[in-house]
Order: sequence, then C-alpha cells, then structure tokens
Amino acid sequence: MALLSRRAFLKTGLATAGAACASQVPLPAAAKPQSDGELATLIDIRKCVGCEACVEACREVNAAKYPEPEKPFPKMYPSRVKVADWSEEDKREVRDRLTPYNWLFIQWATVVVDGEEKEISFPRRCMHCQNPPCADLCPWGAARKLENGITLIDSDICLGGRKCQVVCPWDIPQRQTGVGLYLDLLPSFAGNGVMYKCDRCYNRIAQGELPACIEQCPEEVQTIGPRSEILAEAHRIAREEGAYIYGEKENGGTNTIYLSPVPFDTLNQAIHKGPGKPHFDPVEDQMAHADNMAKAMLIAPFAGIAAGVSRVIKAAKHADEPPEDNHEA
Amino acid sequence: MKPDAPKQYPTPYIEQKVLKPVYLFLLFMMGLTGFGQMPIFKRYYIADIPGLGWTGKFYVTHYLHYLGAIILFALFAYVIVTYWGLFRRSHALSKAAYVRIFLLAAIVVTGIFRTLKNLPDVVFSPNFTMFNDISHLVFMMLLMVFGIVFSITKSGWLVPRTVRQTARGRRS
Ligand code: SF4
Ligand code: SF4
Ligand code: SF4
Repeated sequence: MALLSRRAFLKTGLATAGAACASQVPLPAAAKPQSDGELATLIDIRKCVGCEACVEACREVNAAKYPEPEKPFPKMYPSRVKVADWSEEDKREVRDRLTPYNWLFIQWATVVVDGEEKEISFPRRCMHCQNPPCADLCPWGAARKLENGITLIDSDICLGGRKCQVVCPWDIPQRQTGVGLYLDLLPSFAGNGVMYKCDRCYNRIAQGELPACIEQCPEEVQTIGPRSEILAEAHRIAREEGAYIYGEKENGGTNTIYLSPVPFDTLNQAIHKGPGKPHFDPVEDQMAHADNMAKAMLIAPFAGIAAGVSRVIKAAKHADEPPEDNHEA
Repeated sequence: MKPDAPKQYPTPYIEQKVLKPVYLFLLFMMGLTGFGQMPIFKRYYIADIPGLGWTGKFYVTHYLHYLGAIILFALFAYVIVTYWGLFRRSHALSKAAYVRIFLLAAIVVTGIFRTLKNLPDVVFSPNFTMFNDISHLVFMMLLMVFGIVFSITKSGWLVPRTVRQTARGRRS
C-alpha cells in the first residue's frame, strides 16, 4: 500500500490530517467529530532490530521540551508526597524505561518464533488512545487530545498531580518535580511538577514532518497514516503473514497498532514490566462508563418530567377546592 | 398540615420533607466526588480514613459524579415541573432561589460541556476546556458559600404568596 510509505504519507496523510491543524496545533478548533482525521502508527515488531536509533532521535528532537527543574525543590506537605527527580546527569541517561527524559524505550522479549527461540525488540511509548482517560480525567485540561489523534500534556498547564498516570492503563506519563505552573501557585500544598510523555512529535507533524522516531528508524519499523488505512494494512499483514494485532480494540481503540510475530499474551509474559515499563495486557475501554452514563444523562430529565407531571395531575385532582392557609415556606 | 384539614391547595410537602434531604445529600456527594477529581484526597490522607478509600480512586469518583448528575438531572426536571404545575400560584421564588438557580444552571451547563468533552471524538480547544473546568469549580464553590449564607439567613426557596399578601395588610 503506497500510502504507508514515508513519502506518500507526507503527500496524503499530512496534507489532509496535518493541514487541518497545521495552523493551530496545539489549538484545535472547537468540538467536531474527528475520528476520520486521526492518524495512527503501525509498529511492526518483526522488523525491529533494537538499534535504539528511534530512542536517540526522540531524545534529540524533543530535548528542548525536557524539564529543567529549579533546585532545591520546594518543601512539600504532607511528607508522604515524594519528589520525582530524573534531572541528574545519570538519571537523564536512563534509556531502559519511560522517564520524563525518555519518552520512548526499547523493550526486549525472548520468545519462540517458528520453533526457534528469538530475542525480539520493539519500541514502547504512549499508545495515543482514541478516547484517552489521561485527557478525559485531567482536572485542568492540561492533558488533551488533538484532532489528528495525538494525546499530549501541556507542560505549561500541568500541575504534576499524576492523575493521568494513575488512570492510564499503561501508566505512561512520567513525573518530574520542580518545574511548571505549580511553582507559581501553592508549591508546598498542591501539585508536584509536570508529567511528560510522547507527544507524537505534534510540532513536527504540524509542519508536515514525520515523528522523529519514525523517520530515523533504519528498518522502517513504524509507519503512520489515517487510522482506517493503517488498520486495513495491519489486518492484511496479520492475515497473509500470520501476525498478531494489539491496539485496535485495547482501551476502546488506540492510535498505535502493534504487529507481533507471537500472540500478545505470550509477548506480555516475556517482557519486564514495572514502573515506566508498560505491559501488553488486554485492556477494556476505561471510559465506557462515561459514554454510557452520558446517554443516561440525556434520558434522566425526561424521567423527572414524567414523575413531575404525574404528581401535578394527581394533586390537581384534589385541588378543586379553594386554598386554605399555606404556611409552608 | 392538619390531619383533618380539608382538601387544599397543595403545599410542597414531599418536596420539602423528602426531596430536600435527598438533594442536599446529592450536592454533598457531588462536591466530594467533584473535589475527588483533583488528586488531593490521597495526598491529604482522606482516602486513608476507613471507609473513604474510594475517594482516592479516580474511576470510582468519576462514576459516582456521573451517577449523581443523572439523579440530579431527573430531580431538577421534577422540581421544575411540579413548581410550575402546582406551587407557582401559591408560592413565589425567593431571591435566594434565583441565586441558587443561576449557580446550579451554570454548574449544569459547564458540567454538560465537560461530559461532552469526555466523549470519544469530541475535541475542545485547551483554553475552552480549562475555562470550563475552572468555571465549574468556581460556581460550585459559590454555591457552597451562598448555601452557608442562606442557611444562616434562613432563606428558603419558596415564599408563600399568602404570607406576602397578609403582610401587605389585606386579604380579599
Ligand atoms: S530505530 Fe527502528 S529498528 Fe531501531 S530500535 Fe527503533 S524501532 Fe527498532
Ligand atoms: S496510553 Fe496512557 S498516556 Fe497515552 S493516551 Fe492512552 S491513557 Fe493517555
Ligand atoms: S513520536 Fe516523537 S515524541 Fe513520540 S516517541 Fe516518537 S520521537 Fe518521541
């Protein structure tokens, strides 16, 4: 599918999806159903050689977005509130997990492919969910979704409360203390820095460029394009070459589609999981309750009206005599 | 309400005795679960109090906040209909009621926008989202402040029109 090559993506994918937001990212226009405009990435695990060129590329192009915290950190109350500091030289160099300075890392797994034991690698980062709980539940609107399917956290607004990480099914966003808006508010009592994660190079996409990790990968592991086409391609490969898909339905659908040579539960068992090292668990749609309850909110007033009308009618039947003293206030 | 009273103009009896405590409880829960949207209950040990662990669980407070909104929507609709249909002629709305209605309407409208934003496919500009979120919070706090003021001044929602007429001197 020509669309999935880099150049073709630049011509078509970006021309449509990118143009819509080129002038305004990160300020998309008001509410509009935009699933059609969402860009998704396909990550073909089978191609990755684990060279970490993508990791380096991400660190290079996004270095300017990294936190430069003020020290010493303000004292925080109560004392259970822990500092999250990745800003020291050695910590900044950490590459084997997600950190505020490492938005993409290479995960490794030893699995059996075609009867042969193999070590495989694959990039991990934010999944860019279609209905991202991190953005839906962010109390300040700092985490938000763009029309082109990117979820990003605005480091000028984020207070670092870590709620996005808690509600993210993959615990993606990572905290750095000592930066951001909370310093100007009540640094000792509310907030704790800023949360960082992959923003899918929104600024590059807005300028018609590819995300750095996609561009720099020598093996063309990742492709990006309109979600429907990425999915069609993923299914074609899965069908014809016997690969497995992750990200299509997970958490109600994400804009990151993984293709694996082994089933994802097998892969999931073979990877190191923990802080900053996301799993490949099956994930239910975390926001399904909100969608269903929003519908109930539409119906609720009618139930109230019906109850009210029946009360009025009943009372009216008894109200054919003139009023007596009404003392109830 | 005298037990032997003849059929009379309806008084907001159920509304006062039953719905009011329900309404106050719901408002309290909406406040609690609303504040629970901010990551403060865990930080400040509220979620450590036995029985209050749920206040620190974001999906639980979010679910309860939506549930409360559903019940309040039904309740508001019920109250509006019964006021218009039954009590409007016997009772006027107090000034305090107008203040409450304004604040509740503002909370409802900003809440609806927030609910819309949380639907898949709905994208608002960040400025609007923030403005909306903060308005929702500010209107809620104003409602709390006025709630306290009105409870001190004993300003209810309804003023019986007969009392007013009596106060003016003559009842025809
Ligand atoms: S640059 Fe490509 S091949 Fe290298 S680690 Fe990243 S995804 Fe894998
Ligand atoms: S993976 Fe987590 S951080 Fe990324 S969009 Fe989904 S919920 Fe948000
Ligand atoms: S899309 Fe951009 S920000 Fe995200 S991992 Fe790739 S290079 Fe990093």
